[in-house]
Amino acid sequence: MRAILSLAWNSLMNRKGSVILTLVAVALSVALFLGVEKARTGARDGFENTISGTDLIVGAPTGTVNLLLYSVFRMGNATAEVSWPTYETIAARPDIAWTVPISLGDSHRGFRVLGTTEAYFDHYKYGRGQALALAEGVRFDDVFDAVIGADVARELGYEIGSPLVLSHGLGAANLDGGHENRPFRVVGILAPTGTPVDRTVHVSLEAITAIHVGWETGAKNPLADTIDETMIRSFDLTPKSVTAIFVGLKQKGTILTTRRAINTHRGEPLMAIIPGAALAELWSVTAFAERALMAVSVFVIAVGLVSILTSILTSLNERRREMSILRAVGARPGHIFALLVLEAGLVGFLGALVGIGLIHAILLVAGPMVEARYGVSLAGTGPGLTDLYTLLAVTLAALVIGMVPAWAAFRRSLADGLSVKL
Amino acid sequence: MTDPAIQIEDLRFAWKGAEPVLDVPAFTLARGERLFLRGPSGSGKSTLLGVIAGVLVADAGRVNVLGQELGSLSSAARDRMRADHLGVIFQMFNLVPYLSVVGNVTLPLKFSGRRRRIVGGDADEEARRLLGRLGLTDEALLARRVSDLSVGQQQRVAAARALIGGPEIVIADEPTSALDSDARDRFIELLSEEAARTGAALLFVSHDASLARLFDRAVDLAEINRAGVSA
Repeated sequence: MRAILSLAWNSLMNRKGSVILTLVAVALSVALFLGVEKARTGARDGFENTISGTDLIVGAPTGTVNLLLYSVFRMGNATAEVSWPTYETIAARPDIAWTVPISLGDSHRGFRVLGTTEAYFDHYKYGRGQALALAEGVRFDDVFDAVIGADVARELGYEIGSPLVLSHGLGAANLDGGHENRPFRVVGILAPTGTPVDRTVHVSLEAITAIHVGWETGAKNPLADTIDETMIRSFDLTPKSVTAIFVGLKQKGTILTTRRAINTHRGEPLMAIIPGAALAELWSVTAFAERALMAVSVFVIAVGLVSILTSILTSLNERRREMSILRAVGARPGHIFALLVLEAGLVGFLGALVGIGLIHAILLVAGPMVEARYGVSLAGTGPGLTDLYTLLAVTLAALVIGMVPAWAAFRRSLADGLSVKL
Repeated sequence: MTDPAIQIEDLRFAWKGAEPVLDVPAFTLARGERLFLRGPSGSGKSTLLGVIAGVLVADAGRVNVLGQELGSLSSAARDRMRADHLGVIFQMFNLVPYLSVVGNVTLPLKFSGRRRRIVGGDADEEARRLLGRLGLTDEALLARRVSDLSVGQQQRVAAARALIGGPEIVIADEPTSALDSDARDRFIELLSEEAARTGAALLFVSHDASLARLFDRAVDLAEINRAGVSA
């Protein structure tokens, strides 16, 4: 078999031009497939790593996915809020270890503003239980302190001490004006996390109350602008409501019981969701597109493999003489079969190898760019099992495809005998 | 008493659905004999060689090669027989285009353990020795692509390939028809010498009766073949 392998290798080398073209086709198709696969895994990992360590998310009754979207991904709006007394009742439950109340609804130049407590920095976890870390500065302490995510700092060019003005509502440039007379300043910048936290401005819950003094009706009271900073500080800034609550339990085992207790809470209706389950549900929405994408890239690989078939089949006629020489020096029909199968396998193997190298080179160069721009981390996609399986699968498929021309040559070598009339 | 190299009795062969091309009552090639088999093209000589080489199977009769009855062997065994004991030279296009000159000469060793053992250690060295004896000594020439060699040079490479590892029978099917007369005589001389040196029987087939003088014995295929092909 080694003799046949070396023959196959020499034969390929002899037809370098067309073999390289075929190889490139296979390599590109494999690179595309793996690229799609890695982007997909990266997106899903990033997605699933957005929140961890939180056992329940509690909000006003809405859809599971909706609650997840606005509380974790800062997408869409809460239709209702949870009142502060209810929050306090929940937080006081004996089975609950910690709570992080969050309040959403304002924005700063396109970035969402999230009001919360210091507990957020202690308990909000992402990835595999990583805590938020400050790249610079400190947590918020004063009413007008803000801690900004890494993207906010980078895109807006903010540093510690930069002033910022929050606008009411979510538009980048809001028509009914902003909270200009309530200037905040940046006291902390968080390290990048690859999650929506990077695109969030964090302030205290009191700050959210403060900026809405004079906005109680939902629109700006003409008097609002006359209320200045010192006046605001003298007000009672206890929030009236929060948008959602992240909950950590004392014992993970009570998760379903606690969830049921919250869902059946007397008084204000509430809903508690398990983040992992909600994430899975949300991800399944995108599964269709994901599968379509996979299917397309699998077909691209199939096209690459067919190009192997074409190149070998077209070469068969001109190689008829070669086959009968091999037969004459003692090659069995099986050897002829093996020769062509191995040629196809070699092209598949080398093509896949080049494709894998190519995609990793691309990831190495483009990975950081993609991560910065789209928040999809391709970092965890170094050479791995997926590549190995792809390599094996493509090689195997090429070997199988090689059986088509091999069979033709096999039949012919039996019929031609030693003499081929050309 | 050793068996003859080739012994044929009452051989009959017909391509599917066609008139018989071969009907040979008797034909013998002794060991070490250099035999000239004359036959015009279309006389069934290529078919006869195919049967002797074990690539084609006779419809009837006995084809005995080195004491082995080919009809009783499996096709794999016939392939092994050919690999171990037969060297073949074609009319032209004898060489595998993607192998070097030396690679072409050593090719049979890849398919025959017996010939590998006979050559022993350094196959490339043996190939160069054989090529040298056949007048191909120039290293620059040996480094060329085989398709860049002249036809005469190609045929000598093919002869070296047929001879390597000492097969008992060398079959040459019109190996000189593409050569001019000087090169032709020289080629046959070298081939005969080397066959004699290794003790191989030489079955040389050609339409050119004038070559008969260079061999121990000459046989006309038309005389031994009763199937009246191409009247």
